[in-house]
Amino acid sequence: MVEYDAGDIGPDMSFLEMLDVVNERLMERGEVPIAFDHDCREGICGSCSLMINGVAHGPERGTATCQLHMRSFADGDTISVEPWRARAFPIVKDLVVDRGAFDRIIQAGGYITAPTGSARDANTILISKDTVDTAMDAAQCIACGACVAACPNGSASLFTASKITHLSLLPQGQPERYGRALRMVAQMDIEHFGGCTLYGECQEACPKEISIDTITRMNRDFLRATLSQGHGAIARAE
Amino acid sequence: MNRLRLLWDSSVGKKVVMAVSGLIWVAYLVTHVLANLLVFQGPGKINAYSALLRGTGGALWAPRLVLIGALVLHVIAAAQLTGRGQEARPVAYAAGRRPHASTLAARTIRWGGALILLFLVYHVLHFTVGTAHPDFVEGNPYQNVITGFRDPVVVLVYLVAMAGVGLHLYHGVWSSGRSVGISPPSPRPLRRSLALVLALLVWIGFSIIPIAVYAGLVR
Ligand code: HEM
Ligand code: FES
Repeated sequence: MVEYDAGDIGPDMSFLEMLDVVNERLMERGEVPIAFDHDCREGICGSCSLMINGVAHGPERGTATCQLHMRSFADGDTISVEPWRARAFPIVKDLVVDRGAFDRIIQAGGYITAPTGSARDANTILISKDTVDTAMDAAQCIACGACVAACPNGSASLFTASKITHLSLLPQGQPERYGRALRMVAQMDIEHFGGCTLYGECQEACPKEISIDTITRMNRDFLRATLSQGHGAIARAE
Repeated sequence: MNRLRLLWDSSVGKKVVMAVSGLIWVAYLVTHVLANLLVFQGPGKINAYSALLRGTGGALWAPRLVLIGALVLHVIAAAQLTGRGQEARPVAYAAGRRPHASTLAARTIRWGGALILLFLVYHVLHFTVGTAHPDFVEGNPYQNVITGFRDPVVVLVYLVAMAGVGLHLYHGVWSSGRSVGISPPSPRPLRRSLALVLALLVWIGFSIIPIAVYAGLVR
């Protein structure tokens, strides 16, 4: 690890702004800046991804690194910053990791088929409020990878389960429901993520506070798909 | 590819196997602890229960084989998933990874499992086969329990092992419902009452016997 001095940091600066300041000073001195991922800086894109003092996205609950402010630290603190560490997330440079494994899990089944052509009228498919709420809670996942980073097993279960829950609760997600569970879980294994021991660290680290209830749903869909040939899911998964 | 193969080849499926095999053992442990508590009613009851089981002759091997099969699957899956988890993070965090939500029971699940495995071997040699017992009398479990727990080291081994089993169940009973997908959604998903009750029953139930015997309350 390399230690950098970050003086003159205001309490209202975000963590990423602090890194910007550090980088500016490095560049002024002709040194190479620290590479880190960021984009929206408002907690919606899932780009930022830092392990701060051994905690994914730092000490505040329900916030991404970009939403973390320097007031969460004491003046003079030494803060350790690391990239997500997982075999499935190879390091590109410094603090930047390649989260392409998540894209491939999505490609394996994180979609629905929908008719093209003119848009359908709104409200033609009625969905109960409870179902929508649960699906939308899961849909908040921004695929940042904090769940993997925080998991002792480096498991992508919370990510995969969020997508499965979101799509499989809604009527539009039904046709692919069981094939989706099989294929996404299989891809998760292919990418060398670990299994789920239900430590619960992921839901604590998740900037969107997604519940491990989603993992229960994923396991249920996977088990149903495996045990029932009726859905033809196994054939389609192969 | 058949369905069981699909299950076994997946990390999610292996956890289903662990959950089902674990729950088979939980069912056995609950029966076992309740039966053992018969020692508090004197030699008659527990020896009669033992004679009843042994009287079934070869039939006792049916549940035994189920338990052995379940244990083998549970341990193989545990070893494979542990290996998978370790391979998934080849480079550890330099500053460590601070645990937040996980219980002590979850963090010790693997050590607890290894402890239980060692204990099982010793326990069978101690009270079933008798080779690890100083004064074993075939067909008289009451007597064997009394003489077996005279040694404080043996008592200690049992107490440590039962604490391990209790912790294992506090996590395992709760997590297995989630592994097989039957736990209902909860506003506080880490909360568990059934697992707590079963873990306490098994832990306390098994632990008071060596304590009571050593203290001379059962003789
Ligand atoms: C009396 C014997 C045992 C009982 C009742 C038992 C019960 C359980 C249960 C119910 C689970 C939860 C499964 C799930 O979350 O789906 C579990 C998990 C586990 N057990 Fe056991 N178990 C026993 C013995 C063992 C042994 C002998 C080992 C290993 C040598 C072991 C290792 C593990 C591990 C590593 C886990 C966590 C798996 C993971 O999530 O990665 N257990 N056990
Ligand atoms: S930069 Fe977009 S979520 Fe943090």
